[in-house]
Amino acid sequence: MGIVKTVEDLNKIRNSIKEKNKKLFSKNGNAKLIDIKIGMATCGIASGAKGVMDFLIEELPKRNINAKVKQTGCMGYCYAEPTIAITLPNQNPIVFGYVDLKKADEIIEKFIKKGELVDGIIPINYELAT
Amino acid sequence: MSSKYKKSLLVCNGSSCQKAMNIDLVQHINDKLKEYGLDNEINAILSVCFNKCSIGPNIIVHPDNVEYSTVTKDDIDDIIIEHLLNNRIVDRLVYNEINEISGTSKKQYRIVLRNCGFIDPENIEDYIELKGYDALAKCLTEYTPVETIQEIIKSGLRGRGGGGFSTGLKWEITSKSEADQKYVVCNADEGDPGAFMDRSVLEGDPHSVIEAMAICGYAIGANKGIVYIRAEYPLAIKRLKIAIDQAREYGLIGKKIFGTDFNFEIELKYGAGAFVCGEETALIQSMEGLRGEPTLKPPFPSVSGYLGKPTNVNNVETFANIPAIINKGSEWFSSIGTEKSKGTKVFALAGKINNVGLIEVPMGTTLREVIYDIGGGIVNDKKFKAAQTGGPSGGCLTEKDLDLPIDFDSLSAAGSMMGSGGMIIMDEDDCMVAMARFYLEFTVEESCGKCAPCRIGNKRLHEMLIKLCDDKGTLEDIDLLRNLSVVVKDTSLCGLGQTSPNPILSTMKNFYDEYHAHVVDHKCPSGQCTSFLKYYIDREHCIGCLVCARNCPTNAIFGEKKKLHIINHEICIKCGICMDKCKFDAVYLN
Repeated sequence: MGIVKTVEDLNKIRNSIKEKNKKLFSKNGNAKLIDIKIGMATCGIASGAKGVMDFLIEELPKRNINAKVKQTGCMGYCYAEPTIAITLPNQNPIVFGYVDLKKADEIIEKFIKKGELVDGIIPINYELAT
Repeated sequence: MSSKYKKSLLVCNGSSCQKAMNIDLVQHINDKLKEYGLDNEINAILSVCFNKCSIGPNIIVHPDNVEYSTVTKDDIDDIIIEHLLNNRIVDRLVYNEINEISGTSKKQYRIVLRNCGFIDPENIEDYIELKGYDALAKCLTEYTPVETIQEIIKSGLRGRGGGGFSTGLKWEITSKSEADQKYVVCNADEGDPGAFMDRSVLEGDPHSVIEAMAICGYAIGANKGIVYIRAEYPLAIKRLKIAIDQAREYGLIGKKIFGTDFNFEIELKYGAGAFVCGEETALIQSMEGLRGEPTLKPPFPSVSGYLGKPTNVNNVETFANIPAIINKGSEWFSSIGTEKSKGTKVFALAGKINNVGLIEVPMGTTLREVIYDIGGGIVNDKKFKAAQTGGPSGGCLTEKDLDLPIDFDSLSAAGSMMGSGGMIIMDEDDCMVAMARFYLEFTVEESCGKCAPCRIGNKRLHEMLIKLCDDKGTLEDIDLLRNLSVVVKDTSLCGLGQTSPNPILSTMKNFYDEYHAHVVDHKCPSGQCTSFLKYYIDREHCIGCLVCARNCPTNAIFGEKKKLHIINHEICIKCGICMDKCKFDAVYLN
């Protein structure tokens, strides 16, 4: 990735990022990647998010699941930390709260593998300015 | 990966939804589904509280995203027959309260937190993908500095650090100050007890602050930015450093940005966590390596600030608004909020509230909506008593203010202030005198000691509040407390002392009866101040075993064997040993 010298450079970089992510996550691409985001702000980490993230990074490949695990900042649900947001291919993201290792295991086995919802879903309660 | 279940019913797990029917709702629905032979296709599960307790019990049908409210046991059949079997939405159970601002039923609207929780803060690509650095490009290539400032002025953005001064005007003043060097400073010295808005933004979306600082630099003619951040935020510092390095690598800060002649560099300076350093003149002193003490204004930092040069100081949240304003336009931004307070405000909800968390609501949202619709109500369904906004500088809002649309001016009029966004909710068990004492204790600790009213005055105020809470206060103390509060407010040098008596004055105004009860009735109405509690022995339960009397360290318990014992309150030191030792639960507090 080169240095941004003009506005066109920035747009080019953005398009290539979009293109790359489209390939990774879209149905028409080769891989059907699952997008997993973990709230890793100070509050989340203090509640054990780091352990959950390590667990997911370690366990998902072992269970033959193709996913991209990503840290993010605070999702705002401090009362339900640790929180993770999972987007199955071509679906809307679903946020789970109170995710400890046991819950993470349940989420992998039931939600990620079979698409079944499990207890502890947090309904999205805000609108984004995009 | 196709689910066994085609649909799922998400049942709110909030206590009021769960208790409403006196049955296990999830079990009930699953049983019903079985009756209809749907249990292999559809299931019911528990979900985290929807925060719509007033219209509960609530159920969401996934993935149809239909939300049913005030559901009763009989409605379950309707939902199954109509919705699940015949695909017809049960309209009578759908509440569509549309938010005028966002055009949806959601109470929250995220501008500042637009990227928090979505992007990896340590990866600039994530930010660039979501319009990142577009606003900077737009300003540098399409707007002149003056036009940039005009755009911010038109948006109506006001400083989110607490003062509420127009951000655009501040930029304009700094831009008009002539100097060979100017500075952009980001105030990330977040010190209010219970506030974590700025930390969350820096940890979740550091690039938006970097981008905004560069825009500010371009607008006011500064090529240097400094983030003053407290060393107590190690993760925010780490992510900010990574973000700055990445932005530099991409050429988004540094020399000749976007091929123009604009250069901008950002560095970090660490604060040691002194509350007063959030005050902009004290912050500048601290950055210069001097003691963190405020200086007299004027001169304002926009004229003579860091190293004597014109300096524009804005808060983290203020900066985080800027890229969105530039990208979407000032008209869009000024369409949100109230007449004089535009946009949204991030609040850190804390205290006796079910859903402690970070929220962002349009200005003008009422306290009731914040507490009950977003915050999920008071813990254990207790009664709401007060909300402290503005931290140690603010005041309390009470039940009568529940329907007050929250903005800068309405909060000031109600005797509180917006502050930086900490909101602490108190219930009927909280003593307002003790609350004032807590904040004064904080101020006494954090006063820099430069001016006498703040250094000595707050100390005396704190002592008097301790006296009141320890059942040693008099009516004269209350008068003195009020008079001294006014003096400290009027004579202190900086914002810290000018606002530190606010918790006393506002609790006195709203809860004078509690102060009165502490000195005249010798009791604490909420029962929080333990000095007023006395141990008693219950006539019914005491069997006269003498165990309490034998264990009392001050021999305050009298009584004969097999006869009722009595505690002498003159001697009792309230250690509670009698209560622990009694096997018959005969000792109680009152």
